[in-house]
Parts: sequence; C-alpha cells; structure tokens
Amino acid sequence: MAKRDERMSEEEEESEAESMSESESGGRGESQGGLDYIMSLPDVPMKLPPHVELQRTRVFCNADAPNHTDTIQYSGAFASVGIDNSFRLDHFRKDFRVEVIRCSDDDLEFDMIGIDPALANAFRRILIAEVPTMAIEKVLIANNTSVVQDEVLAHRLGLIPISVDPRLFEYAENNALNERNSIVFKLHVRCERGGPRLTVKANALTWLPNGSEFPLQSEDPNSNSTSKPKTYTSFSCSQDSLPEFSSNPIGFKGRLNDIIISKLAPGQEIELEAHAVKGIGKTHAKWSPVATAWYRMLPEVVLLEEIEDEVAENLKSKCPVGVFDIEDIGNGKKRLTVARPRACTLCRECIREGGEWEKRVSLRRVKDHFIFTIESTGALPPEVLFTEAVKILESKCERVISELS
Amino acid sequence: MEHGSFSDNTKSTFSLADEDHTLANAIRFTLNQDPRVSFSGYSIPHPSENRVNIRVQTTGAPAGEVMKDACQDLMMMCQHVRSTFDKAVSDYKMRNPEDMNTNGTENV
Repeated sequence: MAKRDERMSEEEEESEAESMSESESGGRGESQGGLDYIMSLPDVPMKLPPHVELQRTRVFCNADAPNHTDTIQYSGAFASVGIDNSFRLDHFRKDFRVEVIRCSDDDLEFDMIGIDPALANAFRRILIAEVPTMAIEKVLIANNTSVVQDEVLAHRLGLIPISVDPRLFEYAENNALNERNSIVFKLHVRCERGGPRLTVKANALTWLPNGSEFPLQSEDPNSNSTSKPKTYTSFSCSQDSLPEFSSNPIGFKGRLNDIIISKLAPGQEIELEAHAVKGIGKTHAKWSPVATAWYRMLPEVVLLEEIEDEVAENLKSKCPVGVFDIEDIGNGKKRLTVARPRACTLCRECIREGGEWEKRVSLRRVKDHFIFTIESTGALPPEVLFTEAVKILESKCERVISELS
Repeated sequence: MEHGSFSDNTKSTFSLADEDHTLANAIRFTLNQDPRVSFSGYSIPHPSENRVNIRVQTTGAPAGEVMKDACQDLMMMCQHVRSTFDKAVSDYKMRNPEDMNTNGTENV
C-alpha cells in the first residue's frame, strides 16, 4: 500500500515543487520579517504533504471498495500541520469555474469545478423539488366515454409539461383561480361512428384565455340572465390581452404536442376542462421542471507504470467504454495511453482481477469537479432552471438571516 | 427560531421550519469552515415534520452571529456561482450560435 502511494504521488510532487519554489521566492523578495517572511521559511509547510493532499482531493476507487470518499470540511482539520482549512470567499472566487459542455433547448451539461458537494447537491435537490412550474391540478370532466377512467385521465393530463414561463404566474391560494394564477384548457374530442379510431394528443387541449366556460352548479341558468354566469374561475380580464401572452399563446411546444392522452374508438367522446396552477416538485412530481438533474464526479484514470505490448492490448480490451488507446512508440513497440478518462464509468473491470492490475492502474474521482447534467421537461430552458435554483437557495439564506435579526 | 441559553450565547440550536437537507447540509458546510465554530451539525427530528434543527457551538463568538455569517457566506457563494454560470453559458452561446435557443426566455 505504502509503495503504491509513493508512486501515485510522484507526478503530483513534481508540479507542486514547482509552484512551491515560485511562491517562496516571491515572498522573500517582497518583505523581510512579518508573516510573509515566516511563511517563506523552508520548514514552514505551504501545502499539505502530497499524499494527504491526494487523499483530500481524490476518491480512490479500489477493486474492493472506494476509499477516502469524504470531503474534509472542518476549518481546523489540518491545524496540526499548520494549514488553515477555513473558508475564504476570495479563494472560492478565484478557483471556481464553470465550463459548458453541451447546451440545447432541453438539455444542458456543464462542469462545475471548485465547489463542495454540499452545494452541488443543494442545487440538484432544488432543481428537482423546488423550482416551480405550471401543471394541471384540477380536471372537470363533463363527459368521458373512453376506456381511460376519469381518475387515470386526470393523472395523465397532470403529467403533461406546459410550455409557459411559471415566473409570470402567482401561486393560487384558497383555490381562487384568476388570470394571474391559472391556465384553463378545454378538451372536447369525439370519434365519429363509422370512422377510424382517434388518437388524442396534447395538441387537442385548447387554451381558454377567458377562463372556465363551465357554469357553477349552484348558479341557476335561468335567473339574472343579464350578468355573466359564474364559472369555476373568476378571470377579471382575458389572458391574451396581457402583454406577456398576447404575442405568445400558451400551449405545448414542439414534441410536447405529441404526448398521447387517450385513444378513442368510434362513438366515444371526451369533454373536459383542465385547470393548471403553479406548484413545486416537493408537492407532486408533475411540477418538477426537470426530467433528470444529476451530477457525477470527474473520473481520473492514472497509469502507475508504463504499460506496453501485450499487457497494453489486454488492458485496452478490458475496458467496455474505451477509455484507453494504444500508441506506437517506434521499434514495433506499443504503449497504452489514457485517451478518454471522462468516459470511465468506474465499472472497475480493469482492476477487477486485483493484484498486478491494481498496481498498474489507479481509478480516482476528483472530489470538487462535478459533471452536472440537467434535462428540462420543456417549461423553461435548462440554463434558466439552474439560475432559478441558485436564486432559490439564495432566498432561503436570506430568509434565515432575516429571521435571526 | 433560536433555542439557546441567556447566560451563554456561544451555543444554540436553530430550528428552521419548512426546510430540509437542501439548506441544512449547505449551512452545516459553511459553518464547519468557519474557524470560530467548535461544533456544528444538523438533524431532522421527525421525517414527517418539515423542520430541521441546526446545532452551533462556538469558541466564543455569539452563535447567532456565526450562523448569520454562515448564511451570508452561502449567499455570496451562490451569487458567485450564478454570475460565473451565466457568463459561461453566454460564452458558450457566442461560440456555438447554432445551438441558440429559439424561445428567447433566457436572461429574463
């Protein structure tokens, strides 16, 4: 074990030695005496010993089990070697990086470097459970003779993502629906007798900018015929007269139109009204704005020795995701290289046989490098979802601060 | 809500309603990185109650102040994450204009 550690840290040591000498010379030149001078003395550690530094920043994925999986958070964790582990915002600002790998309308992959899992996980949890969207919450069914039962139909409608910016809406309180907090859709489809069967898709739902058209049951349709009958919603104006929707009607965009709601046989009919309100994924998964939001730590595959010829071929064929490549180094010799470490799934197939193999390859994960993937359901583009999630965490902190003061 | 003693304000338990691991674990992380903190941890007393208790013990500073600073730190980190992320995304879109979103809802 000790031997292996030594070999692992060799390359790190080199680079560290360089940066160390740099900072030392700089400190000495600037000032004589004072903290800078003390820190520049050769026996004052500037950094953790390389093997501890490696354990702090990497997870070791050994054949039996992963090792050094925890992140060291306590400010005084390295006090005994004179190293301050406390949080410094300026250091965080200097080290934190974001690199976008892939970005499309509903899919985003980016690298978040220099952040603790506590924060990365908070963002992930907020994305799944606390970023609001609009979803169908109440379905008023006037007629349903299809084979899909009312409650199943209502559930299916609830799960359809609506392409609308939820930030334009308020939360509906006490079920009082108005033009500021709800969207009303109508669905009236009938499969004519003698015709072919009908597939009802999400695009059959039509937006009712004036709110519900169903009169409340308590209303007598014959009395006070001059005023408008009361319906299930109380819209004070039409939604399509509002500036945010006048040029951008609410509905289902792109592929969302193709979501199948039900299939009708000849003679069957569905007539209903669906009321969508704002909510969060914590209440029900239909309000979750993401299909998935997940992260993984950056895999790091390190060859601990030169691997050549047959062993190289053997190791290359062991890897199911093609992490390794072989390059010719002349004289008919071949050498193994790590070409695609990012593809590594840490299946550990390359070190499964243990012994020899574990001495050749070291599988690690970088603890503060997260490959974050967000797949949006369609309400908001994924990059907006992420900034919204960060804003939500900020507002949570703000709430605690204001409660304490 | 803060639960502490009147005579010794260096240790307190903060009971946050309607919060869970999301905030508590992030605050515990920033608390732990504060050199004034000698102990910090959190617990969820009952899974069906939306409440977390965060315990803070310090080496001398008032626990309430330390807690506030931890939240402040977390907020500053979030702001920095947000600005860095926005910049990275707009840089990416400059480099790859063909991937541009068509619905124009970003940066509202």
